[in-house]
Amino acid sequence: MSQRRVASFKDRRPDPVLAPTTEQEMANAIALAQTPLSIRGGGTRGALVDGDALTTANLSGITLYEPGALTIVAKAGTPVAEIEAALAAENQMLAFEPMDCRTLTGADGEPTIGGVVATNASGPRRVQAGACRDFLLGVRFVDGMGNVIKNGGRVMKNVTGYDLARLMCGARGTLGVLSEVSLKVLPKPEHTATLIYEGIDRIAAIQLFTKAMQSPFDVSGAAWVAGDRPAAYLRLEGFETSVQYRAQALTDILGPAQIEGDRATNTSLWQSVSTAAPLADRDGDVWSVSIKPTDSGQLMGVVAEENTLIDWAGGRLWMLLPKGTDLRAKMNAVDGFATLVKGNGLQQFHPETDPLAKMAAALRQKFDPKGILNPGLMD
Amino acid sequence: MEMPVPSPKVLAKKARVVSRLSQILPRDAVISTPEETRAYECDGLTAYTCPPLCVVLPSTTEEVSEVLKICHAESVPVVPRGSGTSLAGGALPTADSVVLGVAKMNDVLDVDYDNRTIKVQTGRTNLSVTGAVEDDGFFYAPDPSSQLACAIAGNIAMNSGGAHCLKYGVTTNNLLGVKMVLMDGTVVDIGGAHMDAAQYDWLGVICGSEGQLGIVTEATLRILPKPEGARPILIGYDSAEVAGQCVSDIIKAGVLPVAIEYMDRKVIEVVEKHANAGYPQCQALLIVEVEGSPAEIDDQLGVIKQIAHKHHPVELREAKDAGEAARIWLGRKSAFGAMGQINDYMCLDGTVPVSELPYVLKRTGELADQFGLEVGNVFHAGDGNMHPLILFDANKPGDLETCEALGAEILKLCVEVGGCLSGEHGVGIEKRDLMDVQFAPADLEAQMSVKDVFDPAWLLNPAKVFPLDVTASRRVLQRPAA
Repeated sequence: MSQRRVASFKDRRPDPVLAPTTEQEMANAIALAQTPLSIRGGGTRGALVDGDALTTANLSGITLYEPGALTIVAKAGTPVAEIEAALAAENQMLAFEPMDCRTLTGADGEPTIGGVVATNASGPRRVQAGACRDFLLGVRFVDGMGNVIKNGGRVMKNVTGYDLARLMCGARGTLGVLSEVSLKVLPKPEHTATLIYEGIDRIAAIQLFTKAMQSPFDVSGAAWVAGDRPAAYLRLEGFETSVQYRAQALTDILGPAQIEGDRATNTSLWQSVSTAAPLADRDGDVWSVSIKPTDSGQLMGVVAEENTLIDWAGGRLWMLLPKGTDLRAKMNAVDGFATLVKGNGLQQFHPETDPLAKMAAALRQKFDPKGILNPGLMD
Repeated sequence: MEMPVPSPKVLAKKARVVSRLSQILPRDAVISTPEETRAYECDGLTAYTCPPLCVVLPSTTEEVSEVLKICHAESVPVVPRGSGTSLAGGALPTADSVVLGVAKMNDVLDVDYDNRTIKVQTGRTNLSVTGAVEDDGFFYAPDPSSQLACAIAGNIAMNSGGAHCLKYGVTTNNLLGVKMVLMDGTVVDIGGAHMDAAQYDWLGVICGSEGQLGIVTEATLRILPKPEGARPILIGYDSAEVAGQCVSDIIKAGVLPVAIEYMDRKVIEVVEKHANAGYPQCQALLIVEVEGSPAEIDDQLGVIKQIAHKHHPVELREAKDAGEAARIWLGRKSAFGAMGQINDYMCLDGTVPVSELPYVLKRTGELADQFGLEVGNVFHAGDGNMHPLILFDANKPGDLETCEALGAEILKLCVEVGGCLSGEHGVGIEKRDLMDVQFAPADLEAQMSVKDVFDPAWLLNPAKVFPLDVTASRRVLQRPAA
């Protein structure tokens, strides 16, 4: 069974043996490989499989950046930090707010843009702007036989042929190893304000989010954080006068709130939500549940309030559970899925049911007939 | 445009196939007489026609599944059809195919305002999805120009966009779940009202697969609260380069308009004659629309006006009320119809990087001169999705062929500057034979291997998307009983 092979990077951390510096080198290495490859960018995003390490870290660099076209193209191993710095210099950003997993996993590697795409990592703004997969314009990757394949491109609208770029996004290298990605970027908002509703519980927070998201006021973050004074947070971004107007309009609907307008405070607040920081450095496994917001109440009973963090207006629940507890067994018929983000011993991903599981296996057989790309990770 | 030779074996068993289908479907859901199947002989790409073997119009997912089981067992190709508005020939039948239309399946199954989703049967038209929720202040964002007629099934098949996708994204960004029937009749449920995928992003690859992977019978779509208001501004320039620069500067400035539309002189002239929208005669006309409260709109238009003025427009007109807004949009919305009144035309759909727009417009003009045809341009400038309209005379022998040859050159130009063959219409048969301009053999092989998984016998819409010579062995060899 696959989960045997899945070990935490903390348990076992093989030295990278394959660190190609060009796409062609990587293609050659994969073409020659006969045994499992353990694929990573910076190795910061949780479980790595057993096998010879293959890292894209040396495939690094921004190949094209056109601020006027809102487009960036970068090699897979390019550090996220490098990309964010280049974008910031033009007052732009990765709008999906990719999560930095190091806070949770404790890994010390350098997060790469390839890792972000391979895991479809998205943060709080996903609720309004979309996920990583929604901003992905194209990819280049090497399949399990060593073929170099491109899909999509660098333009905003593209329906030419099948959308394999999105198929690769979130496939964690099991269908091919990314060598280059191209992403749509957005302008950084001029101003940010957060409406803070202190002292409300999880269920009340979901109700608050529902009302807020039904308004036309473009909420770009809706989170609830436990603590001595649990609070719901609603983020507004844009031109300053617009943010002020919408803050007023929202409090008219939802009731008075404390309004935080300081840039640095907002940055650290939403970074904390994005990285699930309130659940880090605590004993237990951390799960991320993608769920229909109004169903989230059904799961609230599973963990105590202080072991919960809510994001995406109730569409994502972060939950801290005792080690080895399989949250999926408690989900019953709830519309959604759970992913183990920090923890060992359990399959990381929500199993697919037939016929999708069979089709997934058939896809892997097509793209990786040797069964060497992160085998077992998504079986 | 070449189509595969119909299978004599399939043609010979028409009576049996029709009889088997008639056993599982109501009488009026099977159409097999030549007079009636003619209504399904083409889609929006009317230059190509071919009546199918027969047409079925199932009413339920179960019926779709039964139809596909029969066609699978009989090795009969199936051509899925929404409303038949494809401009790329996506729903063009072959003589040996069963057309499966989803038009009868048009119910709203669930509206969930708390989670901002709607679940519909996919025969429902795009505009009537919004129609089901607009009284409660919501809308479905993708808005292809055919939205009055086109079905959600076709929108999913082609990953349709529209004028407002600059802000709201295309179909793939607004699709949360599907119920889909595979060619062997298996029914699969994918996604739901939650975000993202548990493992592989099946929805991502199904959306835009042009009906080649399965027949989507139900879809869960994201709906959004209607903005408080919207207002356009019209900006005229004397050169395409300057207009292109203005678009780029607006985007860089951090304003995110919902639409930036572009018309060139040829289109302005025709539109003025037919719709009398009061457009200035200039080389390039931009319509930029922003949304929000009245004050937010003023703010955004203020920024846009400032940028526009820097580039010395020949005209700048801001809509002050709904009447003026409608007048600004009138010409743009009637552009395709007006062009159709003066000529036959072919509408291309390549996308280019926004920075390459001026060059591509200039080269397109030069190519048009070389081929001796006129080209008008009206398109979504914000995302570089061009729609060159090549004017030709269908009654003049050879003109269609010249037009297609020019079209191919323009699309090659789009690919050459870093763009693609199709931004929102799909490949269908129209761009099928140009796929190797954009893709290497390994790229196409990877895509086709996905179809191998969903439809191993290559029976679903098999003669589309990929060049025929590339798919020949799959289409023939993988059908045991054909």
